[in-house]
Amino acid sequence: MSARDDVFANIRRSLGVTGKEATRRGIVAARLQEPSRGPIPARGQGSPAAKMATFITEAQRVSATVVVLEHAAAVPAEVARYLRESNLPLQVRIGADVRLTQLDWHGAGMTTLDGASAGADLSAVSHAFAGVAETGSLIVLSGPDNPVTLNFLPDNHIIVLSAADLFGDLESVWAKLRRDLGKGVMPRTVNIITGPSRSADIEQTLLLGAHGPRRLHILITLD
Amino acid sequence: MSLHPTTPEFKQNAHVALHDAELQKALGHVQGGFIYKRQSAVDRLPEFEVLRDSARDLKDHVLAHLDLYLEMYEARVRASGGHIHFARNANEANKIIVDICKAHDAKTVTKGKSMVSEEIGLNDAIEAAGMKAVETDLGEYIIQLRHETPSHIIAPAVHLTKEQVEREFRREHTHLPKDRDLSQPVQLLTEARGVLREKFLAADVGITGANFLIAETGTSIIVTNEGNGDLTQSLPKVHVVIASIEKIVPTLEDASLLMRVLARSATGQDMSVYTTLSTGPRRAEDPDGPAHYHVVLVDNGRSSMLGGEFEDMLRCIRCGACMNHCPVYHAVGGHAYGWVYPGPMGAVLTPSLIGVDKGGHLPNASTFCGRCESVCPVKIPLPKLMRHWREREFERHLTPAVQRFGLGVWAYFARRPALYRPLTSLAMKALSLLAGEKGRFAKLPLASGWTQYRDLPAPSGQTFQSQWRARQKERSR
Ligand code: SF4
Repeated sequence: MSARDDVFANIRRSLGVTGKEATRRGIVAARLQEPSRGPIPARGQGSPAAKMATFITEAQRVSATVVVLEHAAAVPAEVARYLRESNLPLQVRIGADVRLTQLDWHGAGMTTLDGASAGADLSAVSHAFAGVAETGSLIVLSGPDNPVTLNFLPDNHIIVLSAADLFGDLESVWAKLRRDLGKGVMPRTVNIITGPSRSADIEQTLLLGAHGPRRLHILITLD
Repeated sequence: MSLHPTTPEFKQNAHVALHDAELQKALGHVQGGFIYKRQSAVDRLPEFEVLRDSARDLKDHVLAHLDLYLEMYEARVRASGGHIHFARNANEANKIIVDICKAHDAKTVTKGKSMVSEEIGLNDAIEAAGMKAVETDLGEYIIQLRHETPSHIIAPAVHLTKEQVEREFRREHTHLPKDRDLSQPVQLLTEARGVLREKFLAADVGITGANFLIAETGTSIIVTNEGNGDLTQSLPKVHVVIASIEKIVPTLEDASLLMRVLARSATGQDMSVYTTLSTGPRRAEDPDGPAHYHVVLVDNGRSSMLGGEFEDMLRCIRCGACMNHCPVYHAVGGHAYGWVYPGPMGAVLTPSLIGVDKGGHLPNASTFCGRCESVCPVKIPLPKLMRHWREREFERHLTPAVQRFGLGVWAYFARRPALYRPLTSLAMKALSLLAGEKGRFAKLPLASGWTQYRDLPAPSGQTFQSQWRARQKERSR
C-alpha cells in the first residue's frame, strides 16, 4: 500500500469508519459549503466611526503609526513627509496597483520603482485589500499589484487602506475575498500584517525590527 | 539529534538542570514574561472562555472527520498547482524532502520554525545529503549554532542568557569586527538580521511548518512575529511545507477562530505580527513568490492516537501555554524532557510518539496542580492524560520497578528538599505575579489550581500512589 493509502486506512481504522458513510460526508460537505463562524468578539464591531477608532487604537498598540487622509490624492505628500522626517531618501517601491500608480508621486518630490523587491529597497508602499478593526491588522494580497516581497524586505513599510475596506473582524474579510475572487479562489499569499516585525527570542526582551520591516506606517484614505 | 531521545534519563537531566546557574537565570524569564502577558491579553477579551470552548469543539469535529477533510485538502492543493506527499513516519518524510531539494539542485535550504521538522530530525537528514540547512527564526538560529534542540515549542532559546548568545555569535560570525559591542539584545538581533538576510537571498529551497491547513482552499498558514517564515517561503524557487495531519481545519473562518486563541495563549499578543496564508505556487502573472509548492503531510504515530484515550492530545495547537504555567518546567527547563516536546504537552505526547518504554515516565514530571489544563486554549485534560500514562507505566512494572519509576519526580524532590524549595518559591512567585498587586486570587480562573498547589511543600509519592490504589480498587469492584 502507498504511504497515502496507509495513512488513510490507519485513520479510518482508528476512527472505526470506512469513509463512505453518507452522514459523515454530508456533514463535511455542508461545513465546507456554508462556513460556520465562531464567536465574534464585540471589540471590532460598531459604527464605521467606532471601527475606525478601534482600528487606530489597536494598530498603535502593536507599534504601527497611523495617519488618516481625506483624499487618496494626498498619499504621496504624506509619504514624502514621513520619509523626510525619518531622514530617508524620497524613493519608494510600489507594485502595479492603479490606486497607487495613478497618484502624482513626482509632484510630491518622490521617485518610484516598480515590481518585486530584490532586497535593496529602504521603503515600499502597498495597498491593503482590507483592514480589521479588532486587531489593527491589514490584509495584503500577493500578485503584480502588490508584490509579496514588498511586505518583508524593505525596512520601512507603508500600507494604504481605503476606509471602505475596513471591517470589524477577519470573517468579514473572508466574505469579501469570496465575493471579489470567487469561492475557493486564493492568491498565492494572503498576508495578515499586525504591526512591524519583532522578536523576543533573546531573554524575552521584545525588540522591533527582526527580519521584516522595522517600521509600519498606515495611511487610511477616506474617499 | 532529535531522533535520539534522552527522555529515559529525565531524573538525571532534571538534576543537572537544577544545578545549572545560567539555565536557572534564563528560566526566570519564562515566568515573568509569558504568564503575565497571557493574562493581560485574556483580561482584554471577554469572549476568551467562549472561544476556548468553540476551539475545543472545532478540533474535536475535525478529528472525527479527519479522513474526509484530508481528502478535500489534498484535492484543493492539487487544484491550485501544488504537490502533496504523505509520510507514514520520520524516515519517509525526510526522504521526500531531501529528494525535492536534490531535484532542484539545492545547496542551501532555509527553514522557518517547525516543531514537526524537529520531531523527524530534518536538519540532520538535509545535512547528511550534503546540503546546508539554515534555521531563520532567531531562537532556532541560536540553538542551531549550539547544536541543541529547542527547549520550548515557541521560544526555542528561552534557556539561554544573552551572554551565551553573544558567545555563540562571536564564535560563528568571525567575518565581523572582533571589538564590536554585543552587550545588548538589540545588537544581537541586528547582527542576526544582517547575517540571515544573505542566507534568505541565497537559498534554493525554503521549508516552513504550518500552524493550520485549510481544507476549503488547500491553504497552509504560518504565524510568525519576525517575518522569517515569509522570507523563507517567498524568496527561493521552491516552498516546501511540512505539517502533521491533525493541523487541518475546514474553512477560513475556522482558522480565524483558532488564531484568536493561539497568539493570546502563546505570547499574550492579540495577533502575531505575520499570519500568512499560502496556496499553491506563484501565479503566471506574479512577479515574486516560489515557482514550486510542495506539502508533506506527516503521520508519525498520530493516526493511531485517534479514537483512543490520548486522542484529546491531537487538539493541541502548540501554543506553549501549558509549559509556561508548569512549575516543573520552570524548575528544570525543556531539555530535561529529553526530546523535542517539553512541559505537560510533551509529557503526554512523547510517550505516544516514541513509545511508552522511552517516554512513559515523563508524566511523572508533574505536580498535578492543574494549571496547564486551566490555560490550554483547546482544553486538553493534560493532568488526566498524564495520569493515564502513569497507570500504564505502573501496570507494565508491577515489581520493585514501581518504586523506581512510580515515586518519580515527586520522590526525587522530596528526598532533596533543598532542590525542591526553589521550585516551590519560583512557582509561588509566578502565582503572585498572576494575582497582581492586589492579590485577588479568588477572581482568577487559576484559583483552584493555586489552592491545590498550596499543598505542595509536602511532595510525596503518596498522593499519586494512594489515588492509583483507590482507582484499582474501583476497577476491581
Ligand atoms: S497542550 Fe494546550 S496549552 Fe499545551 S501547547 Fe498544546 S494547545 Fe497549548
